[in-house]
Amino acid sequence: MFNVIFAELRKLRRPSLFLGTMSAVVFFSALFSSLLFLLIDSPQGNSDRGRTIGREVLSLSTGGVQGFASVGTFLGIIALCVFAAQTAQEYTYSTLGNLLIRQPNRWLILSGKLTAMSIFATVMAIFSAIVSIGASVILAPRAKIPTDLWFGTDGRHAILQTFVNVLISVIGFGSVGMILGLILRSPISAISFGVLWLLIVENLVIAVKNNTENWMPGAQLAAIAQGGTPNVSYSHALFLGGMYVLAGSIISSVLFARRDVSN
Amino acid sequence: MSNAAISVKDLSKKYGDRFAVSHATFEVPLGTICGFVGPNGSGKTTTMRMLLGLITPTAGTGEILGESIQHPNRYLPRVGAMIEGPAFYPALSGAENLNVLARLGGFPLSRVQGLLEQVGLGDRAQSKYKTYSLGMKQRLGIAAALLPNPKLLMLDEPTNGLDPEGIQEVRALLRLLADGGTSVFVSSHLLSELELISDYLVMLRKGEVVFAGPMQNLMEAKQPIIIAKSLNESDLPKLLALAQKTGHHATIRDSAVHVQGPAQWAVEFNKAAFDAGIHLSQLTPQLPNLEETFFEMTGDN
Repeated sequence: MFNVIFAELRKLRRPSLFLGTMSAVVFFSALFSSLLFLLIDSPQGNSDRGRTIGREVLSLSTGGVQGFASVGTFLGIIALCVFAAQTAQEYTYSTLGNLLIRQPNRWLILSGKLTAMSIFATVMAIFSAIVSIGASVILAPRAKIPTDLWFGTDGRHAILQTFVNVLISVIGFGSVGMILGLILRSPISAISFGVLWLLIVENLVIAVKNNTENWMPGAQLAAIAQGGTPNVSYSHALFLGGMYVLAGSIISSVLFARRDVSN
Repeated sequence: MSNAAISVKDLSKKYGDRFAVSHATFEVPLGTICGFVGPNGSGKTTTMRMLLGLITPTAGTGEILGESIQHPNRYLPRVGAMIEGPAFYPALSGAENLNVLARLGGFPLSRVQGLLEQVGLGDRAQSKYKTYSLGMKQRLGIAAALLPNPKLLMLDEPTNGLDPEGIQEVRALLRLLADGGTSVFVSSHLLSELELISDYLVMLRKGEVVFAGPMQNLMEAKQPIIIAKSLNESDLPKLLALAQKTGHHATIRDSAVHVQGPAQWAVEFNKAAFDAGIHLSQLTPQLPNLEETFFEMTGDN
């Protein structure tokens, strides 16, 4: 198992992938947190979908992680792309055969890959947390928001809780990417399908039919990152999102284990 | 302990109604170089993939180094393989690609540089794989196959894309490995290439094994041939009939009559042709090469 994880980490640490992904993480984290404070008085809102998060909310012990929580979905989409590409490329480069010759246990290959990519996702979340909280601390005085409660006992607890929620969400999105990569066996198809579904199809369906937000897989994973939303409770999102990921994982893993590797 | 590096019985793979490999039965003795020959699409790669656990056979059994092919984890740590050309990550260097596989298989990373030097890539170890020429990619594939210090090496068309010097180096490397006790199972659609290095041969045609045994047996079983050309090409059918009338197996191929028979019989054949008013422009006794033998055995031309 450790051999598979370390082998996979060697692929993930290549500069073009690692630096490129972390740059995107830093950029989006800084952007989301900055907008939260810079647009605090904007009538169009300062958060996603035109919501307003006011000074009274940002002054609470959870105020320091509001930006980090709201960037969770974007981190998830980045993770989906990375997991999908890393999985499906084994088919497009025909390298899967090499891997299975050196480690014929297909379940070990899958679980090792998932673990290594989850480590990568954890690094993404750590970078994001540092940048978002850092940007919030820097911009809070400019928006006249007190930060006294952010790093107290409750504040530290909120940071830890939000980090865990974002991490669960990001690994959930990544697992969806891995599932799509295994099923579609092409990075472009897997990423296109995943991103289009999450950013366009789900939003369209939710806009047309109100109560569907409670059932859409992407909406559940996004709700986990935010610790629940007004429409989707945290426990519901955690249960249903987990069920979606579990069902997809079982189907794709069985396919992976049984399918012939003929290219 | 079995004396066979590879042993398969009735091994088959069926896709829909079509057999890619049909009831293949053969053995490859330990410590030999075994050529695995057959035209493109004859089922060589499918057979190799079944032996490596990448494809599940439809029927039949097989053993590699004494272990059933149903349990590839028991023999693959002792097997090196390159199937259907080299396949690596373009954005990683040659050395890093081997490091990934070494780490995965639990082999020491210190072996990598030595192997790259062994295949002539020592000075390009840190270059990205995507900058390699076809020949360099092939060499990297061979280096990857040597990572486990294999007891059995399975190579699918290893000389594709190599220049003549590279081909000679690969031949020498395979001979060196076989002399050191490694069994080598090497496929090629270029029959003449394997004739030079193989001790043992498995011939495949349309998914079926048409010969499996020592190379010597195959060559000894075949009669030498006499190639005859006439000044006038229209005389070839008459020349063919003359040879067949005397009980010799003969065919017309490449504007010449190929007659199975000993070199001494060429004198009588020459006289018979002269008596029949046929003027020969060439009469050459020769031993059949592997390609001719293959065509004779399979009835193809």
